[in-house]
Amino acid sequence: MKLRYLEERIFKILIIFSVFLVMTSLVIIIGAVLFKGGNVLIHNPRVLITAPGPRYLLGGEGGFLHAILGSIYMVIPATLIAGVIGFGVALFLQSDYSNSRISGFIRTSLDILWGTPSIVYGIFMLTVLIFIQQRGCLLAGISVLILLELPIITRYADEAIKAVPNELKDSAYSVGATRYETSRIVGKYALPGIAAGILIGMGRGIGDAASVIFTSGAGSVMPSGLFESATALPILIFQQASSCYPSVREHAYAAAFSLVLIVGILNLVSRLLVRKFSKYVMRGK
Amino acid sequence: MVDTKIGIKIRNLNISYGGNKSLGANKNIIALKNISLDIPDKKLTAIIGPSGCGKSTLLKTLNRLLETRDNIDIQGEIYIGGEDIYNPGCPVSELRKKVGLVDQKPYPLPSSIYNNVAYGPRIHGNLKGKKLDGIVENCLKRVHLWQEVKDRLNSPAAGLSIGQQQRLCLARTLAVEPEVILCDEVTSALDPLSSEKVEDLLLSLKKNYTVVMVSHVLRQARRLADYVVFLYLGEVVEACNTEKFFNNPTHELSRKYIKGTMAGV
Repeated sequence: MKLRYLEERIFKILIIFSVFLVMTSLVIIIGAVLFKGGNVLIHNPRVLITAPGPRYLLGGEGGFLHAILGSIYMVIPATLIAGVIGFGVALFLQSDYSNSRISGFIRTSLDILWGTPSIVYGIFMLTVLIFIQQRGCLLAGISVLILLELPIITRYADEAIKAVPNELKDSAYSVGATRYETSRIVGKYALPGIAAGILIGMGRGIGDAASVIFTSGAGSVMPSGLFESATALPILIFQQASSCYPSVREHAYAAAFSLVLIVGILNLVSRLLVRKFSKYVMRGK
Repeated sequence: MVDTKIGIKIRNLNISYGGNKSLGANKNIIALKNISLDIPDKKLTAIIGPSGCGKSTLLKTLNRLLETRDNIDIQGEIYIGGEDIYNPGCPVSELRKKVGLVDQKPYPLPSSIYNNVAYGPRIHGNLKGKKLDGIVENCLKRVHLWQEVKDRLNSPAAGLSIGQQQRLCLARTLAVEPEVILCDEVTSALDPLSSEKVEDLLLSLKKNYTVVMVSHVLRQARRLADYVVFLYLGEVVEACNTEKFFNNPTHELSRKYIKGTMAGV
């Protein structure tokens, strides 16, 4: 057999093996969460809609509604704010307001921030909290998630806007559109790419414990205001999983189940919205 | 060059592009050298020349679209309707409304057919309702697209064939009532039938508008244009009426270009 045909076969086997490896680990992880968490939820579905009792983390009564709400209250405003700021920065990077040196510097900074471990963000926000003599609260949690999501959302939006053909901008400029009006057209065209960044940013935000553990208060109480303590599902999972009570450890899977479910729902809703708004976009030309 | 009323007056236009420093090119690339031209009013002028001679660059300076690109240096004066368009006080948005551009490849806005045509009138005049419907219908009729799309005005414009998209882009330009229409090789991406339709349109438009067209097809320039500007390496070689250019060119380079024997020049 000729060497190039052998290469072709080895290449094909490698690709199939990679897909198999990824899919198997994905099925095992999600399957374990769904099976173990589903088991808890079937027997005690009220944990999803019940506030925690005073001794919840010590095996006492109650559910983890506080962490579900805490996660949603933190990640949705953080993603919306990071989305708006990120889109603005991305437009700046691509526009004639900026030159290639400034854009290059901002892009490198964002890439470094993207790769920075989330605990660093947490410690930074904690330092700010100590400086302003404020304790951990929902607002601090939201703020740290904005910082955490911003590099991802901005760089995705930046790349999506970069892919918008100059001719499309010219089309808008050529009928007398201003820069702002042209940006709206560009945003509409780049929406699928921007939305992908928002989804990935939101995924990082909702799944992260290290950044919010020091900053949101991490208390076992229902979130009751911007300046009150709140917790998130990843923090709760960490607390439950490291408990010495088997019943509490089991609840960690139920909390993980609801986290997967929330991410899935947010993902689905965003995709439906993007599909609705991007039906006019010309692709592949 | 021009014995009729002048629509666009270009004086001492010099354009250079900054070299890409990241690729090690520090020198500026000169795109247009000392261009002085009179483009006649309400006529069709074709800018011709080999690839890279600065045709599109010249065209896109006429509505100041070129300045949206990085590292461009534009020197000189361009007068449209007696007004110097590079005067810092000249409102760019108003200028681009007055001087519309249709590009080589049609790029409909990411919206419906209706919204594409309505876009300009909406942003300029805040128009809506029946008045806007009237403008959309009128413009689509003028580009002979109305019959083909009247039942699907709310469908995505991206779903139209490329020839239809080009006519839609023309309708979008006409909707803001420009005085000058710039066309950058508007038929180069089209099939022969669609090209014919667009050419017919350009012929009908030149009665009411100053049309400046870039073309690399000599036969097309001969068929459509009243005046021809021949550019070579960023300089105007010859600018005269079409008949004279094709039958009795003054310059040796023009003769060679028409004959197709420019290789080796």
